[in-house]
Formats: sequence, structure tokens, C-alpha cells
Amino acid sequence: MINQSIDGFLHPDVSKSVDQIFVNAKQWLLGLLSWLTGAPGWVIQVASSLINIFALLFVFLTLFALMSVLERKILGRIQNRYGPNRVGPFGLLQPVADGIKMLIKEDIVPARADKLVHFLAPILIAAAAILALGVIPYGRNMTPFTIDGGILFFFAVGSTTELAVFMAGWGSNNKFSMLGAMRAIAQMISYELPLIITVLPVVMVVGWLTPDRIVAAQTGYTLGLVPRWFVFTPWGATAFILFFVSGLVESNRTPFDVPEGESEIVAGHMTEYSGFKYATFFMAEYIGMFAITGLAATLFLGGWHSPLSVLEFIPSYVWFFTKLSALLLVYIWLRGTLPRTRIDQIMNFAWKFILPMSFTCVIAAAVWHYAGRGLRGWLWSFVVIAIVYTALSMLLDTQRKFAPRIYRFAE
Amino acid sequence: MSSVAFVLIAILTLAAALAAATLQKLMHATLSFAVALVGVAAFFFLLGAEFVGLVLVFVYIGAVAVLIVFTILLTRRDARKDHGANWGGALLAVAVFGGLAWAVFKTPSVAIGAPHIRALTVKRIGEALMTSYVWPLQCVGLLLTAALIGALVLVMEEKR
Repeated sequence: MINQSIDGFLHPDVSKSVDQIFVNAKQWLLGLLSWLTGAPGWVIQVASSLINIFALLFVFLTLFALMSVLERKILGRIQNRYGPNRVGPFGLLQPVADGIKMLIKEDIVPARADKLVHFLAPILIAAAAILALGVIPYGRNMTPFTIDGGILFFFAVGSTTELAVFMAGWGSNNKFSMLGAMRAIAQMISYELPLIITVLPVVMVVGWLTPDRIVAAQTGYTLGLVPRWFVFTPWGATAFILFFVSGLVESNRTPFDVPEGESEIVAGHMTEYSGFKYATFFMAEYIGMFAITGLAATLFLGGWHSPLSVLEFIPSYVWFFTKLSALLLVYIWLRGTLPRTRIDQIMNFAWKFILPMSFTCVIAAAVWHYAGRGLRGWLWSFVVIAIVYTALSMLLDTQRKFAPRIYRFAE
Repeated sequence: MSSVAFVLIAILTLAAALAAATLQKLMHATLSFAVALVGVAAFFFLLGAEFVGLVLVFVYIGAVAVLIVFTILLTRRDARKDHGANWGGALLAVAVFGGLAWAVFKTPSVAIGAPHIRALTVKRIGEALMTSYVWPLQCVGLLLTAALIGALVLVMEEKR
């Protein structure tokens, strides 16, 4: 009833034009530019890239501001207290106040620090995080820049973060910074492997490294009801969970936030940063989180596709950002719920469980493909994953009972 | 457009490579080495070989540079001794440069119309890897698996 009235109200053409409103606006703007100035083609190309860049920065910096206040609010709610509620309505202007505070703080550089490296590290880390956003399709025809190996680009850019973290730790000339950087790099490198291997099944099934193609491969609905997202296949669901956990580690979020810790290592590689440089690190961390969740939504949750065919009149970018927000909400929820893990637990988890499971996902995806991608493939790949999962959990079960802790290194 | 980009990237790459060879602090040299590698990756992008460029960034910045950095950290203090001019190295460099220059000048400068190369897509690379280069691929896979297991064995806790 409601749907019908909305359908009647929103003619397919109208909903299509709403869907493409940003694309059309950009085209119109570029057309205006070339008509007004008569600029040659490459100027228009550069202008087009600039528009994309500014749109990306605007959207994601706004999202960062929103996320920082929402996270504090939700964490407050989980911990049974008010979050920030002084600045503006519901504390919504808190990020503005934070930003002003960070901007006018003194920028302290240690006397013995390597000035140039210390200065370059936050810039590099932020640049890497923002670059990774560029290849994600945010809506129909809304990929900021399309390259053939988009997925590879994402990870190539992401892998430079490690060097930037190292620069921050080494350039600060501080033991805490250095140790924090070491911890961060160790966990980022170990989880980069499962992160990439869990992407492999999707790439194998689709046959392309281009995010747009991966989204296109998830079009349609089985029996007109269940969307053909990869998360609804056994291998896809497993890979999604593994990807999500690895992404959590990559962005140094709470169950895995060992590089930071007030009681042991101060702020890790960010110890010697203050004022706006610290804010840049903070921003890069959040933007990296957006990028990872955005990629998870693209790879497994159907990108900008709507979950039901009746809901297709809602613009594609709305769906994308809904999925993104849902995943981010899970991030916040986990942060409010789980305690920290130790570094050896993180490493054991990576090498003994996550890595074998992600290899299993690759095999299960192959099984799914060769068993005909239908119900039969679903069942067979489920069997493969169930067998490996059971075997792994039996192997890794140490039968250890709860007992007083034995100290090995501290007598 | 692309020749301007070429000149800019070339200057950047050469400057970074020069810095990598001459800077006093090892860590600075490593970081400029990473910049030089990014420059080389940019060349591949300019040539339309996105895949190679991306893999270069991925492997060299993400893995090799980090490896070098860790090696420096774990092996030695920052040595700042001046060893004097390295004459053998200079001689070798001059010899290589002379050889290359000779080869360049020897080559008749005919403008051969470059054959139209199909864009090197990921799909084609995958096909080539799975058909004509299956054996090397499998060997590399075996080697990497052995390396992985070896690393695990090395760091495994010894039973007491």
C-alpha cells in the first residue's frame, strides 16, 4: 500500500534522476566550465578529478566529524553515562569544538626528533588513507576514479601506511613511539595477509579486480527475494567475517588496539605528536576505517544495490552509506563491548585460525563455482567450510583449564 | 601532457635515487629509496601498465622497504663513519654508463611506429599466469609456502 503510493509518487524516471543527481550535477558543472571558458579537454579532465576529490573530502570529513561524536555518544550509552552533550544540540557541535581546540594547540616537536620525518609521517598516513577511498563505488556511476586493478590499488596504497607508521615511530626518537610503531607494524603485516586472501574468493568468482565489476556481479535476486550478494554464500559469509575482523585489526580498533595504551605504551607511535598533527593521525585512522568498511560493503554486501527489489527506488548512494554506517556501528559496538587482547593472542589468532580459514574460503569458492553456483554449490561449499572449521577448532582446543597464572618472564 | 609528467617523475625519481645513495643516515636513505620506487611505479602507470605499477608499490613499499627498515633497526647502530670515496663503485658506475651510452648512440635513430599494444589488463595477466607460466607460478608458490613455514618454525616457542 505504502510502497504503491510511493511508486506512484516517484515515477521510475524521477527515482532514476534522483539516483543520478550528483553525476548529472557534475556533468552540468563541467559542461558549464567548458562552455564559459572554452578550455581544452585536459583542463576539463583535471577539473573533473578535482571535483571528485573535493566531494570525497567533503563527504568523508563530515562523516569523520559525525562518527567521532556518535562514537562517543554510543560508547557513553553502552557504559551507562551521557556522552558529550554540552556543545550544540545533543552535543552535535562537539567535533567543531574539538577541531578548534586541536588547531590552536601548540605544536610540539621534540628537540632530538628527526624534524622532516616527524613532519612527513602524519601527512603520508592521511594521504594513504584518503587515496584508498578513491576506488570504491559509492553509487551507480559514482566511482571517483575507475582503474582496472582497483582492489589492488586499495591494498597497494594501504600497504604504504606501514612505512608511514614506522616513520612516525622512528622520527619521534622516543622509545614508546618506536615500540608502539613496532607493535602496529607487526599486527598490520600479519593481518594484511588474511585481509587480501579473503578478497581472493570474490575476485576469483567475479574474474575482475575492478570494484565496479564486483558490484555488478552482485546484481539481481534469487527467487526475486534474496539478493545475490556474496555474503549469502557460505564462502562469502566466512570471508566477510574474516575480512571484517582483519579490517578491525588493520585499523587498530579496540579489541586489537595494542599499539596504543595509556598504561603501558602511552599513545604508541603518536606519543610525540600534539595539536593538529595528532588530529591528522586520528583522522587518518577513521578514514582508513571508512575505507575498509566501504570495501567490505562493496565486496560482500552488494555495494550500492538495494536489499529488496521493491526498495530499488531509493537512490544507490543511500544504500551504500546505510551499509557503511551499519558496519561502522558494529565497530563502535565491538569497541564498547570487548576487552583488549594481548599481542600474542592476536598473532596466534592470525596465524593459526584466520589464515587457514581464509585459504579454506578460496577453496570453498572454487567448489561453489564448479558445483554450478546454485543450491548444490551452496551445500558443497558449506560442507568444505564446516569440515575445516570443525577440524581447526578440534586442533586448536588446548583443553586448558582455568588455573592461576604462571609468570614465565617476571619472577 | 604525458611528456611533462615524464620529466617531472624522472626528476623526482632520480633525485630520490641520488639521495638514497648519498644521504648520511641509513634510515633517510631507505626512505628516499622508497620514494624512488614510487617514482618507478609512476612510470609504469604512465605506460599504462597499471598492474605492474601497483604490484611494485605493493611489494616494494609495503614489504621490501619495511623489511629493510627493520633490518637496519635490528642489526646496527646508525653508523656515521665516512669511508672516503668509493673508487671501485665510481669506476663501475662510469663503465655501466659508458656502455649504455655507447649502446644508445650505436642504435640507429629510426622512428619505428610503435605497435599498438593492447592494454595490459589483469585478466590477461591471469590468463598468461595460468597457461604459459604455470610452472614458474607453482614453483614460486611452493617457495613462498616454504618460506612461510620456515618463518613460523623460526619464531616458534621452544618446548622446555
